[in-house]
Amino acid sequence: MALFLFKRLLQAAVVMFVISIISFSIQDNLGDPLREMLGQSVSEAERHEMREQMGLNDPFLVQYGRFISKALQGDLGTSYFFKEPALDVILNKLPATLELVLGASIIIILLSVPLGVYSAIKPHSVLTKMIMGFSIIGISIPVFLTAILLIYLFAIELGMLPSYGRGELVHIWGSWSTGFLTKDGLLHLLLPCVSLASIMLPLFIRLIRAEMVEALHTEYVKFAWAKGLGKYRIWFMHALKNTMLPVVTVGGVQIGTMVAYTILTESVFQWPGMGFMFLEAVNRVDTPLIVAYLIVVGAIFVITNTIVDLVYGLIDPTVNLVGGKK
Amino acid sequence: MKRGVAILAGAVLAAGLSLGAQAKTLKMAYDADPVSMDPHEQLSGGTLQYSHMVFDPLVRWTKDLGMEPRLAEKWERIDDRTVRFFLRKGVKFHSGNSMTAADVKWTWDRLLSSPDFKAIFGPFEAMNVIDDYTVDLVTKEPFPLVLNAATYIFPMDSKFYSGNDEKGEPKATLKKHGDTFASRNESGTGPFKVTARQQGVRVDFERFADYWDKQSPGNVSNIVLTPIKEGPTRVAALLSGDVDFIAPVPPTDHDRIKQNEGTELVTMPGTRIITLQMNQERVEAFKDARVRQAIVYAINNEAIASKIMRGFATPAGQQGPKGYAGYDASLQPRYDLKKAKQLMKDAGYEKGFSITMMAPNNRYVNDAKIAEAAANMLSKINIKVDLKTMPKAQYWPEFDARAADMMMIGWHSDTEDSANFTEFLTACPNKETGWGQYNSGNYCNPEVDKLVQDSASETDPAKRAAMLQQVERTLYEEAAFVPLHWQNLAWGARKNVKLEAVVNVMDFPYLGDLVVE
Repeated sequence: MALFLFKRLLQAAVVMFVISIISFSIQDNLGDPLREMLGQSVSEAERHEMREQMGLNDPFLVQYGRFISKALQGDLGTSYFFKEPALDVILNKLPATLELVLGASIIIILLSVPLGVYSAIKPHSVLTKMIMGFSIIGISIPVFLTAILLIYLFAIELGMLPSYGRGELVHIWGSWSTGFLTKDGLLHLLLPCVSLASIMLPLFIRLIRAEMVEALHTEYVKFAWAKGLGKYRIWFMHALKNTMLPVVTVGGVQIGTMVAYTILTESVFQWPGMGFMFLEAVNRVDTPLIVAYLIVVGAIFVITNTIVDLVYGLIDPTVNLVGGKK
Repeated sequence: MKRGVAILAGAVLAAGLSLGAQAKTLKMAYDADPVSMDPHEQLSGGTLQYSHMVFDPLVRWTKDLGMEPRLAEKWERIDDRTVRFFLRKGVKFHSGNSMTAADVKWTWDRLLSSPDFKAIFGPFEAMNVIDDYTVDLVTKEPFPLVLNAATYIFPMDSKFYSGNDEKGEPKATLKKHGDTFASRNESGTGPFKVTARQQGVRVDFERFADYWDKQSPGNVSNIVLTPIKEGPTRVAALLSGDVDFIAPVPPTDHDRIKQNEGTELVTMPGTRIITLQMNQERVEAFKDARVRQAIVYAINNEAIASKIMRGFATPAGQQGPKGYAGYDASLQPRYDLKKAKQLMKDAGYEKGFSITMMAPNNRYVNDAKIAEAAANMLSKINIKVDLKTMPKAQYWPEFDARAADMMMIGWHSDTEDSANFTEFLTACPNKETGWGQYNSGNYCNPEVDKLVQDSASETDPAKRAAMLQQVERTLYEEAAFVPLHWQNLAWGARKNVKLEAVVNVMDFPYLGDLVVE
């Protein structure tokens, strides 16, 4: 286990190093940050002088060296727009994004397990066909379209739910203010979470169904039937338990993907999280913030993958964690 | 005696109640919030909208592009080079300090150190304090646009901004994208003060109790500004009643807002011109005025304005819009395909040629679609266009490098004056003076430059207008660039928000005067 951890951490460090180089090297292609910061009638000479002051004229390796030595001390640069350390900006926006992902995950878990299991057990029922039909639609509609449709229906036509923002928040800790503790906050969470869940939900229903169907055809399930065990015991204790292994793996990886998808959801709902912030940063050519975002999201991917591998080992001890010869 | 007290108490209570009944909160959504609380940090629409709420200029534009007094009660021209401003007395800053000429002078000095704003004050020599409530603005040469420049002087509270902040930095520090005291704190004389601000998320304003303008009908006590970047979301927020006022309104949603019962759409012809420039240094054929004319004749900008812009643009034949000094009503949009073909034939390019074109795809309304349409129209006179569109962040470096044969640029004059268009867009490029900085066509006509230069010291409005009209006519005849249209402006509001009265073509609504029923 210790060897495994060490190996994973080493891998993670290499991955983060590669991410830092890639994200730092694209900054020259993002555009000129000064164009976004200065008025249109500022002269070229003045722009040149500011570029010099900001160190944008230095060679790539000098800039990267300066960046990495600061990054190792936890300083990922200062955002041009927010005028604060980029990492602070991102950490301030992180709670909003994590709550969105959490809300969507809850919806996905609550719906995908029963629906997936049901459609595996009753493959020919009308309800199953409906579930499958909907899931195809869900996969094929882009998330921003789902979001706009939801806003149109529930905010404009029915006037039941708010159309944008986070609503009333309760401050809990540090920079973390949550919307989960007020009615207004929960109402504001509903539409964005449903939109975000709509991309992943069909995937999970289909995954659980496929795995469940396979499990139902295994020898040990047939044996359990022959032994005369109760059907619920067979479905949920025997079959479902074995279904969950691949689901957990995929789920872990998808959390990272979901963080990436928040870019679209957040921009439609004006959700003050880090996905929306990233899109804005790209528009403003706020390079320090863009680089810091890529590194933080990269870190989220790396961490969730590592945790998934560990959990995998706990659920199924026969998995060879170290990957070497036994 | 007791009864007297009771009556007095009743009167106070009634006064309090009637005040309470008047208090209105306005929730509004722009596509962005001001980048800083420092009014001198960035010259942009967002900053000016903010400045008109929190600060207040010496003078300001009226709806019909006239001038009205604000912090300067009146002004008079003393001689060729001097205009004297008489400041309003009894004006308080948000901090409680009184505004005097010293504050105006302090603000002036600070403006001259701002990279964004100092260009506007280039023609000025000095601001002289005469007494506590009088200042003289002196120009280097006789200069006609003193009042235009004075609309940019928003006095700041010199006492409030002096000394050092908690980090030991001077409070007056002005730094682009720097974390300064002035970028986080304000003390202006404007109708509203900022009570809370979360950049990119929300800004809270509260009406300033000691605001000098007691005549103003404005009754908004609090404003909550939420930036909503996405057009459809902004419109949804208005339609669902989550906000009372939005700007800008995307052209595709105008009908929805008009037809919806509770909302209203206010539109106005704008002053931002959208043009295409033809680079004479990259394409030999563009040196021939007939080819440039052919291109202007081939591009149907009326169709672009009606089809692509859905009527939400005014087709243009010149740079400056109606109301500006140089506007000449006879210079109408030209579209005549037959004539275009004939001109190409005369110039010896009947068979046509190939060119490259670049345009942004997120800077101007429908920019990429407009460029596509123009490219298609050019194919009718056998000019084959290789079009590339890109986000503005990538576009501007390409524009600076003059990377394509034809490029799109939009322009709004900071001085609300015709000369500004030529200085930046059509004058001979000159690195020293900065003229022609955005002239990617490299069009150069010394006569035009001379006229514009002379107009800068012509203080007789009629003579000056004649010179600038001559400029527009020359550019028109020589087809110096392809004029497309002026973008119109649109605001959306709930019916009880009387927006019409406070909006203007500069797109900084005077929200201090806004009446909400």
